[in-house]
Amino acid sequence: MPETFILRGARLIDPAAARDETLDVRVADGIVTDLGPGLSVNGAEEIDCDGLVLAPGFVDLHTHLREPGREDAETVATGSRAAARGGYTAVCAMANTDPVADSAGIVEQVAALGRAAGLCDVSPVGAITVGLQGEQLAEMGEMWFSAARVNFFSDDGRCVQDAGLMRRAMEYARTFDAIICNHAEERDLSGGSMNEGELSALLGLRGIPAAAEEVIIARDLALAALTGARLHVPHVSTAGSVELIRAAKAKGARVTAEVTPHHLTLTEELVSGYDPVFKVAPPLRGRADVDALRAALADGTIDCVATDHAPHPQEDKEREFDQAPPGMLNLETALGVLLTDLAEPGVLDLMRLVDTLSAAPARIRGLDRHGGPVAQGAPANLTLFDPTAEWDVVPASLASRSRNTPFAGRTLRGKVVHTIYEGRFTVREGSDIDG
Amino acid sequence: MIRHLLSIRDLTPDQVERVLHTAAAFQAEGPRITKKYPTLVGKTVCNLFYESSTRTRTSFELAAKRLSADVVNFSRSGSAVEKGESLKDTAQTIEAMGVDAIVVRHASSGAPHRLAHWVSASVINAGDGMHEHPTQALLDLYTIRQHHRSFEGLRVAIVGDVLHSRVARSNVWGLQMMGAEVTLVAPRTLLPPRVETWGVEVTADLDGVLPKADVVYLLRMQLERMKVGFVPSLREFSRLWGVDEQRAALMKDDALIMHPGPMNRGVEITASAADLPRSVITDQVANGIAVRMALLYLMLGGPQATQEPSDA
Amino acid sequence: MRPRATFAAAPLPPGSARGEATSLTFEPKANILDAGDVTRAIGRIAHEIVERNKGAADVVLVGILTRGASIAARLAAKIEQIEGARPACGSLDIGLYRDDIGLREPSALAPTEVPRVDGKVVVLVDDVLYTGRSTRAALDALTDLGRPRAVQLAVLVDRGHRELPIRADYVGKNVPTRRNEEIAVRLSEIDGVDEVLLGTDDEARLTEEAR
Repeated sequence: MPETFILRGARLIDPAAARDETLDVRVADGIVTDLGPGLSVNGAEEIDCDGLVLAPGFVDLHTHLREPGREDAETVATGSRAAARGGYTAVCAMANTDPVADSAGIVEQVAALGRAAGLCDVSPVGAITVGLQGEQLAEMGEMWFSAARVNFFSDDGRCVQDAGLMRRAMEYARTFDAIICNHAEERDLSGGSMNEGELSALLGLRGIPAAAEEVIIARDLALAALTGARLHVPHVSTAGSVELIRAAKAKGARVTAEVTPHHLTLTEELVSGYDPVFKVAPPLRGRADVDALRAALADGTIDCVATDHAPHPQEDKEREFDQAPPGMLNLETALGVLLTDLAEPGVLDLMRLVDTLSAAPARIRGLDRHGGPVAQGAPANLTLFDPTAEWDVVPASLASRSRNTPFAGRTLRGKVVHTIYEGRFTVREGSDIDG
Repeated sequence: MIRHLLSIRDLTPDQVERVLHTAAAFQAEGPRITKKYPTLVGKTVCNLFYESSTRTRTSFELAAKRLSADVVNFSRSGSAVEKGESLKDTAQTIEAMGVDAIVVRHASSGAPHRLAHWVSASVINAGDGMHEHPTQALLDLYTIRQHHRSFEGLRVAIVGDVLHSRVARSNVWGLQMMGAEVTLVAPRTLLPPRVETWGVEVTADLDGVLPKADVVYLLRMQLERMKVGFVPSLREFSRLWGVDEQRAALMKDDALIMHPGPMNRGVEITASAADLPRSVITDQVANGIAVRMALLYLMLGGPQATQEPSDA
Repeated sequence: MRPRATFAAAPLPPGSARGEATSLTFEPKANILDAGDVTRAIGRIAHEIVERNKGAADVVLVGILTRGASIAARLAAKIEQIEGARPACGSLDIGLYRDDIGLREPSALAPTEVPRVDGKVVVLVDDVLYTGRSTRAALDALTDLGRPRAVQLAVLVDRGHRELPIRADYVGKNVPTRRNEEIAVRLSEIDGVDEVLLGTDDEARLTEEAR
């Protein structure tokens, strides 16, 4: 149902237009019709946005919606609801579902589920290899020409181990100007459940050395240079990986990179109690890595924030540490965590923060209905948040079907108040509005 | 006394002394009509063993029974795990039965820590993954104490697969806590990451260490390690880090040979070396019961009535 | 086979031995026995033991740790003086037999060393007889060690307030006390001086061992 309303007195932060000013925005029929100071009412509903920041709706390049196959952990509908609460108007659903999203049929199904939920754009990611087995290329062409228009492929969860196959995947992806995104974890250096180092030795847990990530990133960067493909590096977690990406970018490589909220704020000490809520792949690392990632996000070496939202049912996360699946919830807490732990201490200014959540990821994936600029005629995909509002992270209150948030019990400063998707409220005054 | 024994570092040096002292009291007894004491009558000890281990489980079982406690054995190697019963489910089942202590051995490091969140009983770690085996460290300390009045400055060499050994970790920290100096002898592949931060000497030269050590503690070398490249072959391991009679002869007159068992005779130790008078391996086993009796007495012999599970 | 070294005991952690030196919160009010009195009382008990048992050939003295053991050792020496032969003597830790296990922190144990008691007359020796519970624990411990022909009880002080049907065969001195009072026995082997004091000890009363 089309709505007409005026957002009054919001502080617009629009990275795509390099714009930071307080003004009014009128939305009607799903698009931004007017913006500027002192807009006249003209029968529109007025919404007081004093004290709120208005940003392009956030875009997540890396979400696990678990449907089809693990609806006990999350569905496209519950995940979309979590996304909306987090200020997201577009999410990219990773392919490691059951069955795997390696064909036109599955990606179209996921896209359709997203439309049915109607709370945000669900843009499916296709698998690089059939069944994520790392042996045979998946039908990228079929998936590109399907109704889902998939131009982003990843076996995330699994690493494409075979260098020869990775080269072919990159070359083939060039046919569709598609992006290859490889989960960087050399299987034969891994097999662990936490960062390898002094703490893993004390805790008696097999570790994953930083090298397991770095050797794959180095390899993939070399292959990207060889093939001219577009490479996107997911969930960067080590200082060494940052160095590799920085050097490649300096040479003009077509590479982009993302980092998660947890890798920007949490360190491996949290694993000391053997609570699998803090188990994630790649694992939480050390202080030096966190600092390197923050600096890299600030200077653009890492382009954007992506949540790697990974729901798991409670039973799975209450197991022995080495048996539990890795992954953390992030959609609903991403903004709050970034504002509290990065913006407030001055690591990231607000313009860049909004950029990492909206404009940058939208640009990478080519989602031109999202990420701004917020201008006349642009689709109304927006979020408004109160940067000062305090709220407690209570797992049972999250929209996600799962509860595995590493921020449980924390008080965050910064909360989404409204989310507007194609001109309709999906979240209004902090309450859910159904699609 | 502490409520849970999950790591040897849960104990202070004074508490370790109390355990050793109490164990000595149990062992110093002359002939009795019965080996039993009535001390823990009415208490129940549950053995929850996810890894089969006749030696340790029997040791705990005898210890509990000699204090007149009732013993319940939950063996979980096999059926129930395959049926999908989680650690938490098992914990809640045991909790519902109302036991006073759970002795748990598990292949996953940290499993006893998680268990302790879900039960009001005392949890005793009988070995978790590669992490710790605190009661083994206690009986090893006790065995050493039978031959040396003080741990202060005592030189202990721990030899072999330290990386995968929970016995090694507990012993390193237990010995250091009591003032001993520890040297680890192994190739780099069998040492944990960043082991230089442990405050130990590290070397691969066993022959250089033998003349100076007061205790040579040999770790079990599992045959599977060879298959994934930790050592090229068991033969090479034996030649460089195994103890035979010739190597034993390099040791000081009063130095001890120890091993947590079971031994791989011919790999880390030869049969003849294991039978030398300086080898106290069988004493270790005998001492295990007294040490575990001491632990159960000190942990369960006090007020326990109002304990709640550590977590909601 | 090389001889096993005897247990080289490090000193017990402070404050852990049962019946240890009177606590710092004990406040004396009266001197019941001085050093001379203690020696005379022990001497008299030694004579009574010999008289009652027609010699000391079949007698085994078993002192209840901690101070009972010292008194038992003195009795053994005194009987040796009287009879020309020293009776068998040992010490018993009753910590594992107490009836208040689970109500208070477990006490530190000391090694029990008791000679063979089968068919002998065991004289249990303790410093103070109070509720009788320690004696009951000692009897249970004794039963697990062997089967004496008879068991007798010798105490330096009997302070009344029995909670079990227990009575002493040999008493150094009867001292009527109130329940909120304490008896402190000090022996030179442990405390550097021989004396028995009557006083109060609020803290000890709260955590008191039932006697």
